[in-house]
Amino acid sequence: MAQAHATEADKYYIPHGSPWPIYGSVTLFTLMLGAIATLNNWLPAWSLLPGFVMLALLFVFWFNTVIGENQHGIYNLAVDRSFRLGMMWFIFSEVMFFAAFFGALFYARELAVPWLGGEGVKIFSKLLLWKHYDGAWPTNGPGHVGPRADGSFETVPALGLPAINTAILLSSSITVTIAHHALITGHRTRLKIFLAATFLLGFTFVALQAMEYHEAYTELGLQLGTGIYGSTFFMLTGFHGMHVTVGAIMLTVIWFRVLNGHFTPQRHFGFEAVSWYWHFVDVVWLGLFIFVYWL
Amino acid sequence: MAQATDTLPHDDHHDQPDTGIKRWLFATNHKDIGTMYLVFSLIMFFVGGAMAMVIRAELFKPGLQLVDPMFFNQMTTLHALVMIFGAVMPAFVGLANWMIPLQIGAPDMALPRMNNFSFWILPFAFTLLLSTLLVPGGAPAGGWTLYPPLVLQGGDYFPMVIFAIHLMGISSIMGAINVIVTIMNMRAPGMDLLRMPLFCWSWLITAYLLIAVMPVLAGAVTMLLTDHFFKTSFFNAAGGGDPVMFEHIFWFFGHPEVYIMILPAFGIISEILPTFSRKPLFGAVSMVYATASIAFLSFIVWGHHMFVDGMPLAAQMFFMMSTMLIAVPTGVKVFNWTATMWRGSLSFEPPMLFAIAFLFMFSIGGFSGVMLALVPADFQYQNTYFVVAHFHYVLVPGAIFAIMAAVYYWLPKWTGHMYNLTLAKTHFWLSTIFVNVLFFPQHFLGLAGMPRRVPDYAVQFSDWNMVSSIGAFGFGLSQVLFAIVVIQCIRGGQKASSVVWGDALPTGLEWTLSSPPPYHSFITAPEIK
Repeated sequence: MAQAHATEADKYYIPHGSPWPIYGSVTLFTLMLGAIATLNNWLPAWSLLPGFVMLALLFVFWFNTVIGENQHGIYNLAVDRSFRLGMMWFIFSEVMFFAAFFGALFYARELAVPWLGGEGVKIFSKLLLWKHYDGAWPTNGPGHVGPRADGSFETVPALGLPAINTAILLSSSITVTIAHHALITGHRTRLKIFLAATFLLGFTFVALQAMEYHEAYTELGLQLGTGIYGSTFFMLTGFHGMHVTVGAIMLTVIWFRVLNGHFTPQRHFGFEAVSWYWHFVDVVWLGLFIFVYWL
Repeated sequence: MAQATDTLPHDDHHDQPDTGIKRWLFATNHKDIGTMYLVFSLIMFFVGGAMAMVIRAELFKPGLQLVDPMFFNQMTTLHALVMIFGAVMPAFVGLANWMIPLQIGAPDMALPRMNNFSFWILPFAFTLLLSTLLVPGGAPAGGWTLYPPLVLQGGDYFPMVIFAIHLMGISSIMGAINVIVTIMNMRAPGMDLLRMPLFCWSWLITAYLLIAVMPVLAGAVTMLLTDHFFKTSFFNAAGGGDPVMFEHIFWFFGHPEVYIMILPAFGIISEILPTFSRKPLFGAVSMVYATASIAFLSFIVWGHHMFVDGMPLAAQMFFMMSTMLIAVPTGVKVFNWTATMWRGSLSFEPPMLFAIAFLFMFSIGGFSGVMLALVPADFQYQNTYFVVAHFHYVLVPGAIFAIMAAVYYWLPKWTGHMYNLTLAKTHFWLSTIFVNVLFFPQHFLGLAGMPRRVPDYAVQFSDWNMVSSIGAFGFGLSQVLFAIVVIQCIRGGQKASSVVWGDALPTGLEWTLSSPPPYHSFITAPEIK
């Protein structure tokens, strides 16, 4: 894109009239109407289906258009930079979304639960409200909210599946970096192998997480409704698991694009965006492993 | 490259908009999208305004006359949500869409498809929000802050409000990403960051705030949703949670949100005052630093919304001090604006009138804010009409006057016509008089102890409530003039020159383009001297 194409390359591509954004708005609206109808018991759960189908199609249509435009080389370096900045700030917004839930965890552990146990000036909540509650973590609260009749529950030990999952995600971060280097140096075969390894590790993580959830629900008495511990545990790991699933699907799409000969050593924003996203879910996991499972 | 031009429609050479509805539904042009944002905002301004009229009509005299208390509470809740997320924020995004590419010398916004997406989510979000009025149990009535456990007791409206807020958040985040990317990547060569117009600067900082806090709001309302439907215990003390935790998370979003609604206004005032004072802005660089400081401080002051919640004394002291600290950079700005006008050659066109009124009345709102920041005083003022008076002074003659100033400033640039100046000045004087009749007495009511969010009140509050209601009806009716001025100006009128404001000689790249500017603003980047 250097001097030879100066006139074309200087032109910032402005698409003219695109149907996908408005289709996307209708999709989100449909999806949320389905969720509202389901939650309010207006309609059975199938009312969510149209929204999800439309959402899947939205991604196919919209990304198809963008990938097509990109393959035709009408994006200059300035457009590429816009995409990069856009992705970075999107990931920042995701960081802040997780921050809300980490904030809830820290607030509950460090302030709300000790106060319920009568710490400091909150002595009256112990004297008058919850006489037998000591406020120790992990807890499902002074009301022992949870599925078991006796109010007990067990936690997932950090050194079991979670440690294996940590190893899996960290390795997948390494494999995606190896794939990236292979892409830059033009080793397409190595790129294909290590990218495939990355999304396979990703899906393995999701499968192990599902096993862990199953065990928690059936054997540990640990559910979404198990007081504040279950709430923070499942919301944090659940949203993270959703992000890993989405990231692994994105990696798969990128892998098929690689098989189709997309991406050059110089220009491969799609690949980089997905790998940034992957590193982001990896870092979130480290936070989860330390603060949710371990400490 | 040659192949590319053959196989794909060569969209970027289109100079003409599509015809009919496609132009708006499939819009990728920053001016079209900006226009849609502004029109949407005006409609929501009247919808939210109508709700305010219901509130003030009911409060015209003591006793229950017009609506039942449940509906009154629905009105206060919806009025806030509609005005914040439907009127003020979209108006600023609309102005950003129109003006940022023009001011930095760009052909369009950086991500045009996403721009369309972020606008078109809004009509659906507000359809969802307003249709809560029609479901069994009615609209949300627990206040726009959605505090648990009250909000968790809601009926069918509950998931509708939550998802409407999710949609608004998605829209705001995408809009903010677009603004940051446009400013960071699309500036004409030579447009250094510190030479950039103040409106763009204030929006850049606002966009950072939006990306930082809208996801936190999404997280907070998601926790409400799971507490209501999926048995979580985030805000349930029996399960080890805490309703106060919601307030912390909410106001971590909520306080920066307040600055999201005022920082772009600061940018607008910093554009208008120099033009009509015929002097450069006093201390332009310090304005940037002041805005950035306010943005930073906005993250560490949220506790002042909840002083009576029983937080530890040390936390109260911290939040009191940090809140009062905000008065310093804000004072820098007010001082700089005043110094800009000092010995200037002033003229009083409608945008200037609104800007000067902003300066006075926003300062009133700022001062009452400092009063509310004091913990012991706040114990008295909290949940009274004093708070209502405070934030309405900041938002109506603050944010909304700035939006109107901006519209009166740039409308001839957008449409190519000059509007009816006499009518606009009439609109200004009526608005300014009535807004004070409306909100100033609420200070007295609050200090005398009248609580907010009540449909009925003790008889000793009657006189000032009546005055306030008369002000409200006057202010509401005056806004019809605004709509008339704008519609007349779109339909025709005296031709506006490219500089529009004649001898005031406004600076900025937007004034180098014709009025109205070409469909694609700067196809080739302008030269910055």
